[in-house]
Amino acid sequence: MTEAKDNILPVVGLEVHVELATATKMFCRCRNHFGDPPNTNVCPVCIGMPGVLPVMNRQAVEHSMKVALALDCTVADFTKWDRKGYYYPDLPKNYQISQYDLPLGHDGRLEVPLPDGAAKTIRVLRAHLEEDAGKNIHDHPAHTGVDLNRAGVPLLEIVSEPDMNSVEEVMAYARAMQRLVRWLGASEANMQMGHMRFEPNINLHITRPDGTLVTTPIIEVKNLNSFRALEGAVAYEIQRQYAAWQSDPNYTLEGLGKQNRGWDDARGQTVFQREKEEAHDYRYFPEPDLVPVVVDDAWREAVAAGIGELPLARRKRYMDEYRLSFKEADALTHDPASGEVLDAAVAAGADAKRCTNLLLGRIAAAANEKGCTLAAVGVSADQIAELARMIDEGRINATAGEKVMAAMIAEGGRAAQVAERLNLLAVTDAAAIEQWVDQAVAANPGPADQVRAGDKKSAKAFNFLMGAVMKASGGKAPPAVVRQLLAAKLSRK
Amino acid sequence: MSDIPDMSALELRDAIAAGKVGAAEATRSYLQAIEKHEPAVAAFNEVHAERAIQRAEQIDADRAAGRPLGALAGVPVAVKDNMCTPYGRTTCSSKMLAAFRAPYLATAVDKLEQAGAVVIGKTNMDEFAMGSSTEHSAFKPTRNPWDADRVPGGSSGGSAAAVSARMCAAALGSDTGGSIRQPASFCGVVGFKPTYGRVSRYGLVAFGSSLDQIGPLTGDLADCALITGVIAGHDPRDSTSIPQPVPDYLASIDTPPATLRIGLPREFYSEALDAEINEAIHGAAKVYKSQGAEIVDVSLPHSRIDIDAAGNLSSYAVAAYYIVCMAEASSNLARYDGVHYGHRTAEPVDDIIELYSRTRAEGFGEEVKRRIMLGTYALSSGYYDAYYLKALKVRRLIANDFTEAFKACDVLLCPATPTTAFKIGEKTADPLTMYLADIYTISLNLAGLPGLALPAGLSRAGLPIGMQLIGPVLSEETLLRAGRMYEKASGVMRLRSPIVNGN
Repeated sequence: MTEAKDNILPVVGLEVHVELATATKMFCRCRNHFGDPPNTNVCPVCIGMPGVLPVMNRQAVEHSMKVALALDCTVADFTKWDRKGYYYPDLPKNYQISQYDLPLGHDGRLEVPLPDGAAKTIRVLRAHLEEDAGKNIHDHPAHTGVDLNRAGVPLLEIVSEPDMNSVEEVMAYARAMQRLVRWLGASEANMQMGHMRFEPNINLHITRPDGTLVTTPIIEVKNLNSFRALEGAVAYEIQRQYAAWQSDPNYTLEGLGKQNRGWDDARGQTVFQREKEEAHDYRYFPEPDLVPVVVDDAWREAVAAGIGELPLARRKRYMDEYRLSFKEADALTHDPASGEVLDAAVAAGADAKRCTNLLLGRIAAAANEKGCTLAAVGVSADQIAELARMIDEGRINATAGEKVMAAMIAEGGRAAQVAERLNLLAVTDAAAIEQWVDQAVAANPGPADQVRAGDKKSAKAFNFLMGAVMKASGGKAPPAVVRQLLAAKLSRK
Repeated sequence: MSDIPDMSALELRDAIAAGKVGAAEATRSYLQAIEKHEPAVAAFNEVHAERAIQRAEQIDADRAAGRPLGALAGVPVAVKDNMCTPYGRTTCSSKMLAAFRAPYLATAVDKLEQAGAVVIGKTNMDEFAMGSSTEHSAFKPTRNPWDADRVPGGSSGGSAAAVSARMCAAALGSDTGGSIRQPASFCGVVGFKPTYGRVSRYGLVAFGSSLDQIGPLTGDLADCALITGVIAGHDPRDSTSIPQPVPDYLASIDTPPATLRIGLPREFYSEALDAEINEAIHGAAKVYKSQGAEIVDVSLPHSRIDIDAAGNLSSYAVAAYYIVCMAEASSNLARYDGVHYGHRTAEPVDDIIELYSRTRAEGFGEEVKRRIMLGTYALSSGYYDAYYLKALKVRRLIANDFTEAFKACDVLLCPATPTTAFKIGEKTADPLTMYLADIYTISLNLAGLPGLALPAGLSRAGLPIGMQLIGPVLSEETLLRAGRMYEKASGVMRLRSPIVNGN
């Protein structure tokens, strides 16, 4: 008799904090820039001196509207600012200007591709704009330093519904969000620079063999700043919560409610965090120093017009129209510019699949080496289109095409000229090709006989002879012509 | 020129422009007045004598060189010590900021200086503008130039006393619930709180941000129009400042409104009002009537003042006002934590929480602590709806009452204070009694409206009585002209406090 098992369904919601790529901070004119010496991008406003006032950064609002619209959120006609009060040395005013009951965007969704090729829609509860806090620096034994360069940097907080049920779904959502905000130019979303941070809410719905349902406490893991930490924290919590409930039947949502935990990166574990006494009461109230944000249709439409095709739609189009594989289409939709190169090359008359091979071949290798996007490698749509056409028209073979591409990446130039200069253009002189074929057949009587015999080794022998002809031609003979000619010569008499 | 401080700001400005009086001479003469009266009045936290003389000498040099002079060229003014200046300290009369030097200049003060005014010093106030008597200054109480045993009112008590004692030609104050108008009335000067947003709050240390407004305290209405015109206007650094052009208030000040309907809000004439003040305000109404104004009866139901059998006053407006301003104050004053600037405890502390609590316990006075605690309570989860949200609803109803009333009249005439200046120490024991000193002034702060306080005569005890004119949003010009109309018709203007007269 096998032991009946519990059915465990992880339920995860994710808060994603995205620092926006604005020139200046949310409420002052200080530079929004990572990595400068401590307290160099500061002014009386962002260090919270008495009597100074915040002034809203319109670009930050537009970036946020863009993200909200791309997430299919309702962008509210009227939103306002609120103060969220808590005391912490990196928060100079001891309140954060945020949005409480009227967020900029609400009720959206993000379609997330899953590893098995399926997609899942994750609902977005709200997206609101706020100012980031500074950073406490613990590099001195007796003191804590405070760097306020980050204080006042615009931060978009995107809160999902608890729609994710596995580590994979969480990771797919987080990566899709990173791709989206980068795509829109709203954020660089660079994890090393802290542009993106995650706070997952995790609990388990455990269905017991007798059909009863148990839910574990909702755990919010604070301040995860890498994908690895996110993955680790969610996976760890799923295990930990189940084990905790198994050893203590009162480890339930009813019993314990919501709790916060931190992430110990070195040990790969979540750790209990002592609750701050006031953590539950932020004493929100409307920020009297700022006027509400009124979004009219004209503004909303102007922002929407700047969004263009989104990555998921483009990937689908590439698969449907260009007949690309999921992997190919996905690789071409990490950023908007790479796909624009492909689309322009196709518009210039080249074959989409051929262009894709070029983009994901030498160009992708170069991009990988330089750590940049495909488009940023610098090969233009026209260069790609010309080379693709040459290959498809037999003016150059694919192998030689690779060499031309390598040369274009290194030195630029038009494909035909580069191919000519490198003496890589296909030989179209029938007599010359026939001569290479005859020489190859004469020099390799064994394989030639095998082909003529049509036995089980003939295919391999044919390819050997093909190779010999290509070698003799210096790679310049069009393979299709060689194949045809060779087949004719060796057909059984 | 011992009579320079006797001149109005406008007269002095004109005399300097005409070369009859030197700017440096004027400043020196005011510095002499300060030397003479300050020991008795204690209006200033800091006098910037050296800088003031330098600035005045520059005005004289500009004039000599034929360079254009500003609208206040050479006029010595005092500034309440909650407006940030990069020179001297900005203390808010608090131990917390006793040594604080701001690296920036408040827009209103900047505008004064751009117009050539000479900032002569920073004036005492109730700590962080919380109070109605200037007794809550962490440094010293200021005394009323009309009676040294009495308070000058507050929180802009130092500014009002300085103008009243002619230690400056005019002053800036700030008004959250009456902090310009109440001390102006107690000291027998003109005090004006413009429409919320008419004057930039940039550089004004915040108390109740949705209520705070900077305004002038002056000897007469022409000076009030002059200063208001200089400091008003939109400021890109204050999002709540109103983007509307500023009329030339001074140009129209002596033209009485062609027609004027004056509303007497019946709720303000209850048993709570001192009989002499009641008499004075009705006297003012008669003056207006004699000048052709129409007097109408209006109602502000939600500004009603009730008195129970035991004689205790209560008012929706006072309740709503204190909840809103304390809630905002609890947040605005959170930044004074000893971490970034200002007072920090010298005691050894175990952790950051102890640093915060010790610093704040030492740095803030009793009244400030009281308001921070009450405001924190009102915003706490579970109490927010019952207090803060309800106060916002009352605020809306009060504002609606004014809108309704202004359908029947152009301006409202009412008392500025329920009593004349009270004795030092009389109300410090009972904060609630002190809060009720604002019953006639706070309603319009809640509604964001402009309010003008001007002298309406003296009581039998020889203390100034203030009256108040209230207008709709951006009715500054009408209010100033209506005030001037009374001033000229009644002859009650530029009252000389005994300290100036008596020598």
